Amino acid sequence: MFWASYLLAALAVILAWPVPVMLSRARWPARAPKTALILWQAIALAGGLSMIGAMLTWGLEPLGDNLLAGLRGLAALLASYQPAPGLDLIHVFALSAALLLGVHLVFTLLLTYYRIAKQRHRHRTLLNLLSSPAKDSPKTLVINHPAPVAYCLPGGSGSVTVLSEGLMELLTPAELQSVLQHERAHLNQRHDLLLWAFAAWRAALPWLPTSQLAQRAVNELIEMLADDAALETTDRPTLIRAVALVAGGERPAGSAAGAPARELLSPEEAQALTSANRLRRLLTPMAPLGRAAQSLVLAGAALLLAVPTVLLLAPGLAG
Amino acid sequence: MATLGELERAVMDLLWEQNGRPEGENALTANELRDSLARRGGTTKDGKELAVTTVLTVLSRLEKKSLVQRERDIRPHRYRAVTSREAHTVELMHEVLGSARDREAVLAAFIGSVSAQEAEALRKMLTA
Repeated sequence: MFWASYLLAALAVILAWPVPVMLSRARWPARAPKTALILWQAIALAGGLSMIGAMLTWGLEPLGDNLLAGLRGLAALLASYQPAPGLDLIHVFALSAALLLGVHLVFTLLLTYYRIAKQRHRHRTLLNLLSSPAKDSPKTLVINHPAPVAYCLPGGSGSVTVLSEGLMELLTPAELQSVLQHERAHLNQRHDLLLWAFAAWRAALPWLPTSQLAQRAVNELIEMLADDAALETTDRPTLIRAVALVAGGERPAGSAAGAPARELLSPEEAQALTSANRLRRLLTPMAPLGRAAQSLVLAGAALLLAVPTVLLLAPGLAG
Repeated sequence: MATLGELERAVMDLLWEQNGRPEGENALTANELRDSLARRGGTTKDGKELAVTTVLTVLSRLEKKSLVQRERDIRPHRYRAVTSREAHTVELMHEVLGSARDREAVLAAFIGSVSAQEAEALRKMLTA
């Protein structure tokens, strides 16, 4: 069981630092944003699983040969109130750390959800009083403000896209339509769920390179996905003009809630880079990543999830 | 005027209109609000005339949402908007945009991160 915990620890370290750094520097995600998003999710899930798993298996070592036997041993121990031979302070410490980290991750996820939901509710209340429905598009509200702003407010069947009067004056009808398509893609593809999960991941482990890089990458990739969706109904120059005119305006939904203080990049720099990368991608279109390469990445993502799961369960099931 | 939501909006509009006035004149009683709403054709769902109790319900909902403040020192109680319509709009936009200084920083960083070639291509696009 020792070897399993060491392998899990090694995997946790690799997924916490070198892998996300390499992925954040790679150029192919701009050519396959959806596949890249799946890979980031796999990295986060596998990373969390191996962190907790490594401490759990190591801590249970004196109680059983594998995770399942160890857990059975722990249950028997807790039921009998007998002192356990071999379960010394350092193993108890590892077990407590595993438990704490697990609880911390789940709790942060819920807390982040609560914060976002509360902020969104307040925003919606004010919006209902301050905005008026757009004349010719459904589920679209117009707010009286001179800055060019477009954003979406997710909320199930009550989801809306909000446009400012400043934006409507600045853009032609075709450009406005491309902005609407972009925002609706965010809503239809439920990007708010991804932003929530990665904001929570970031809030839970703010000092970890992986959580910072992942959040930034996910923010950028969903913008690219929404751009691609807008391109299905608008021509490229129209979207480029719209993006350039609104650049620096939009801030990813939910990012205001619970943003931690220390950052690799300041939020302004990160946001500007995202706008620049989006424009670069639209100005010089690159061919989508080949089918074989995408399958390879997806297989890699599946493998990332399979390895810690197998390391945790296989020794117990096989023995 | 059918729903409570629409009534809330109408009441807030009336209170916001008073917001620019000096202290003491910027608050309205529930009766005054009901009369103003009735003059603007305010009725309930089934077409009956608006009751003061309905207006009071709407006001207490708005008070709970910290949009309306109640002055309790004299009766009947008077209600006023906590802040102006514009201030609320700014609050909303701040959540979406960050502060004006943030926006300038974004724009500066954006311009700095685009290459000369890209800027030229972009200029062509924008002037096309």
